[in-house]
Amino acid sequence: MTYDERLQQVAVLGAAGKMGSGILLLTAVEMADISLKPENKGKTFVLNAIDLSDEGLAGLMDYLRVQVIKIAEKKTVWLRQMYADRAHLIENYEIIDQYVNDVLRLVRPTTAMETAYRASLVFEAVTENKDLKVKILKQIDENNPNNAWYFTNTSSVPIHLIEAEAGLNGRVLGFHFYNPPAVQKLVELIVTPDSNPDMKQFALDYAKALRKIVVASNDIAGFIGNGHFMRDALYGINQALELAKNRPFYEAVYLINKVSQDFLVRPMGIFQLIDYVGIDVVQFIMKVMNPHMKDENLHSSLLDQLMEHGVKGGQQSSGAQKNGFLKYEKGSITAVYDINKQHYIAVEEFASSCDQELGALPSGHKPWKAAVRISDKDSHFGPYFEAMKQADNLGAKLAVKYGQNSDAIGRKLVSDGVANQDEDVNTVMLTGFFHAYGPINKYFA
Amino acid sequence: MQKKLYMTAGYNTVSLGTGRKEFNPKKERPGLEHYISEAGKGVVKQIGDADKIDETVIGNFMAARFNKQAHLGGFAGLVDDKLEYKPSLSVEGACASGGLSLVSAMRSVLAGTAEVAISIGVEVQNTVKAIYGADILAGAGWFQNRKTGHAYFFPGQFSDRAGVYYEKYGFDYARAGMRQWFVNAIENARLDPDAQEHHNATPDLAGLYDKMKPNGKAFVDHLNVLDCSKVSDGASGILVSSELGLQKLGIDKSQAVEIAGWAQVTRNITKDPVDPVELTTIKKAAEKALNMAGITIDQVATVETHDCFSIAGVLSVEALGLAGKGQGAEYVAAGNTARNGAMPMNTTGGLIGWGHPTGATGVHQAVTIWQQLTGNAGQAQINIPANRPYGMTINMGGDDVTVVAIVFKRG
Repeated sequence: MTYDERLQQVAVLGAAGKMGSGILLLTAVEMADISLKPENKGKTFVLNAIDLSDEGLAGLMDYLRVQVIKIAEKKTVWLRQMYADRAHLIENYEIIDQYVNDVLRLVRPTTAMETAYRASLVFEAVTENKDLKVKILKQIDENNPNNAWYFTNTSSVPIHLIEAEAGLNGRVLGFHFYNPPAVQKLVELIVTPDSNPDMKQFALDYAKALRKIVVASNDIAGFIGNGHFMRDALYGINQALELAKNRPFYEAVYLINKVSQDFLVRPMGIFQLIDYVGIDVVQFIMKVMNPHMKDENLHSSLLDQLMEHGVKGGQQSSGAQKNGFLKYEKGSITAVYDINKQHYIAVEEFASSCDQELGALPSGHKPWKAAVRISDKDSHFGPYFEAMKQADNLGAKLAVKYGQNSDAIGRKLVSDGVANQDEDVNTVMLTGFFHAYGPINKYFA
Repeated sequence: MQKKLYMTAGYNTVSLGTGRKEFNPKKERPGLEHYISEAGKGVVKQIGDADKIDETVIGNFMAARFNKQAHLGGFAGLVDDKLEYKPSLSVEGACASGGLSLVSAMRSVLAGTAEVAISIGVEVQNTVKAIYGADILAGAGWFQNRKTGHAYFFPGQFSDRAGVYYEKYGFDYARAGMRQWFVNAIENARLDPDAQEHHNATPDLAGLYDKMKPNGKAFVDHLNVLDCSKVSDGASGILVSSELGLQKLGIDKSQAVEIAGWAQVTRNITKDPVDPVELTTIKKAAEKALNMAGITIDQVATVETHDCFSIAGVLSVEALGLAGKGQGAEYVAAGNTARNGAMPMNTTGGLIGWGHPTGATGVHQAVTIWQQLTGNAGQAQINIPANRPYGMTINMGGDDVTVVAIVFKRG
């Protein structure tokens, strides 16, 4: 089966979800582009968009239409060539309309999982729950006569476990997109010792067609991305709890969030990132990873407690941030959760005294937005972190320790055999988490 | 000419679009009505009373598609109640629509059906994304060529011309001239607060230009986006008047410019240009207008030319006879068209720097020449030598199809 043939019958499971909808969009566009090639004229391409929620699928189709229009507008020069033989498609808008139609006509939104029985390729993006994933993939494969390949988007479950329990014999691999898949360039690719080499090659070709950066991760729970993020988050939580021994909890959260964002020049502070991913999701991923970890306990009672309080973070269907550790109004942080009193304390009540305690940002500081665009990162971050190490204030001291710990997490991922090399860890954090510099560096030595 | 013609009381709105600080594509912006009204009122304010205006001519290219609005003559009454129940019409000739509105007003004054006519050029183009705007602007070409044309149709047309120019005279040689054209445009625009590139603060314009290599996969083969005028919303207005009209208006000749010569020339839109590296229609129109004025190009102190693309700027230098064939790039690269050069051109930025609200451009050019010759150009003012009291405009519609050339003399 050629690359093009493999993409003639595809299914996406969990297609209306946050990750599934992005995977569906990218795959639909890739399939449509292949279908436009002269040698594929007359062939049928089908993309089954499978989800439990009818409402979600309706929303998915709206999302697809809007996104495909944007994609088409950006490649109209190419589309005019593809539709050169269609005499009645003259103006750009006519060509764009036709392309949107050609993408959408491939997609079959459905709640019927049985439609995956005819697929040659199945993307799995259901809830991060191993047993559920296994159950669904097993059922599909038992009914699918095509020796289908399964690409799971799991961010934490070891692939060999899914492979063994669902009886997939080398026909499943981890193809982990970052959120949102349509924007994020990174894909973590995880294979098992039994993985079919043709399937791996197909995965690389498919990633290339989607213009993704592929980082191979070994098949250890959490892989590289969550391997770093979960430990980094746990460190931030524990640092905050440490600080909370001498001051209110909410102040401690504020301090660590600020240190990890401003002092460390990251796109968001660690507590905002946990809220963004979802406290429930972080708790769940730790739970998935923890049994596979030797000599460490990837668990936070604080997250359990927040969940009991119903504080979950995550996003509204509109994309707006829900409250978690922090409270958000129009995207800005306005308050911090007080775990004892179980309500939010306005930032303005304590921010200035906290800021004073942290002290000034080290000299040469550039905010993340500007720093991320610098081409010669070393010449900026070298002196910046040097100044940080010299600075005698709480913020700088916490940040240096934080940076050292982040570096250590990265190096451990390599020594544990999760990542093949330092560079892979850094690529994941730079492209998947938009860090301005890799966690493995010389700045905090 | 049977009688003397003058222009006076020019007014420009801002040229709004990317580059202006106040431009936000996601926010609602002023519409067609606002621009017509602002430009018209800006003129009327200078004469005190719209009653002295006998006729309105509105130049516009594609409001019917950009704004779903035709019948623009009906907006004269929006400028001033006293323009209602008088002659008012709109004229169209693609990006030369503004020039045609001047010519139309001039004809009315020459015919004696008006002593004073107001010419307003207007276009509001930011209503659609550039990729759809390209469809609309492609209407300036022959529609039967649209299917085989580029997604960005007009950039495609001039990219083809640039490609031939590179082949004949050398890529680096040509780009050096086009680069200087771009640099001049931005530097001049910085001097005019209404210019679209007025806020442009890029320190190394030439360096930026060199970095942006033409890329046919994303845009057109032989031009980058800096070679192109931008998408603009804007309007300009000016009065066309007889000598008697000026007296009625109470405007001294020193605050007016005299029309010394003019030409309106059109080539067959269904044919390809005779020579891809020559703007033949511009050449013919310029010759005709200069002949009518009885002067040579050396007596002209400044020219506003139609640089919808940098290559059009270079080719128009050749069409005007300022440089020989293939020597335009060198002429520009040497600084001759800069504001302190031998022939200052587009002193408020031209289409690339000031902006290109398509239907307004011809009128904007006339306003700029009026400002320069009457000493009203503010920071952008250049010296007009006593032995060269002339200015000139070249307004082009389509790919060198409709051209309006006007020679102005200090009043």
